[in-house]
Amino acid sequence: MTTARYILAFAGAVCLVCAVMVSGSAVALRDLQAANAERERQRNVLFAAGLADPGEELSEADMAERFAAVRAVVVDLATGEELPDVDPASVDPLVEAGITDSSRAVPENFARIRRVERRSVVYLVEAGGRLDAVVLPVRGQGLWSVLYGYLALDADLDTVRGLTFYEHKETPGLGGEVDNPNWKALWPGRRVFGTAGEPIIEVARAAAGPVAEDPHRVDGLAGATMTSRGVTNLLRFWLAENGFGPFLERLRSEAAG
Amino acid sequence: MASETRRVLMDPLIHNNPIALQVLGICSALAVTTGMQTSVVMSAAVVAVIALSNLSVSLLRNMIPTNIRIIVQLTIIASLVIVTDQILKAYVYEISKQLSVFVGLIITNCIIMGRAEAFAMQNPPLKSLIDGIGNGMGYAAILLVVGAAREVFGAGTFWGIPVLPLASEGGWFTPNGLMSLSPGAFFVIGFLIWILRTFRPEQNEAE
Repeated sequence: MTTARYILAFAGAVCLVCAVMVSGSAVALRDLQAANAERERQRNVLFAAGLADPGEELSEADMAERFAAVRAVVVDLATGEELPDVDPASVDPLVEAGITDSSRAVPENFARIRRVERRSVVYLVEAGGRLDAVVLPVRGQGLWSVLYGYLALDADLDTVRGLTFYEHKETPGLGGEVDNPNWKALWPGRRVFGTAGEPIIEVARAAAGPVAEDPHRVDGLAGATMTSRGVTNLLRFWLAENGFGPFLERLRSEAAG
Repeated sequence: MASETRRVLMDPLIHNNPIALQVLGICSALAVTTGMQTSVVMSAAVVAVIALSNLSVSLLRNMIPTNIRIIVQLTIIASLVIVTDQILKAYVYEISKQLSVFVGLIITNCIIMGRAEAFAMQNPPLKSLIDGIGNGMGYAAILLVVGAAREVFGAGTFWGIPVLPLASEGGWFTPNGLMSLSPGAFFVIGFLIWILRTFRPEQNEAE
């Protein structure tokens, strides 16, 4: 009774039914999942900027209230100039980075980023009419995946306000510890730039000193050398000339005079 | 028949618990029981998957060619797990982030495969469904006890609400760091098995 033909037909039928079930659920739930991911991204902007505590439950109203102090700005990465006529909501830098016309190739780099969007969206936190912090989107290769996150710098454009990652697929318990609140708490107060203005922030191989003595290094993640290096590399990439270097340079010269 | 149904449903809770007696499904029981919320969501996911996989395997049991039965069972289980994972990502996003890969790893949970092969392949659909729910509940019972113990002693909270005043906030309770790490679950599960076998000596292995 169980001829080869029957076995093949049965296997095919099971696969077909299961495939329809899996893809059906993926398609049906895609919008809800995308909305969740978008909310998670926005929460991370607030976490990085120190406007919300990690793990804090935020309702839609809370989010809107805290975003009142935050101004999203579209920036031309190459010149560092703002593009005031462009609505930030209409720009998705990650999509634009994947399209030839709206991105440019960058030289080989340790963050393993091949193309960079021409314009990106940064968040300026303002208090009393003055710049209080700037939140920059960052991304780069870890061990298994690209890490996507936000780096917030104080108004001196050197001191870290916060660093968070909202999407990655690193090993839970090892590289996944980039999400550990205790590790994230090591970042505020660290300084990203050296005396010559080059980004020298580093995730150390082992433990780093306290902020006052060892301002340019942060404890490494135990058992996650590649993820730790990835974080170092992606921060250095986005703080340098091919990332937000020109933008930070412009803010600095505006503040100076 | 009623007592038979009752036996199929209730046996896996205490008498023949998949974790405490058979010591199956330990990996996820260690990893996700840091708190009550993750334990409850993981339990619900496993109950749903095991019930539906038992039901579908039982419905197909007379049609599945014996020489490919394991891979057919795995295909069904894997599909159910992916759908469950999609639902969690859509409706309880925060907790699904904490559960991370462990929802996907339900596919490799021996309890589910074990019930499909040992029970659903030989029994009618309704009975298999009940057996699946029973075994899922047996897994859930352990998960909830371990989750509660680890959250209370590891963080001083229950369902995120403080129950023991922390020493760091002026109280008297110093959280036990071991409880918030996976090895802590080994101790809690070990204690549970000990207690269970003290009251049910027939569960002890023969010397």
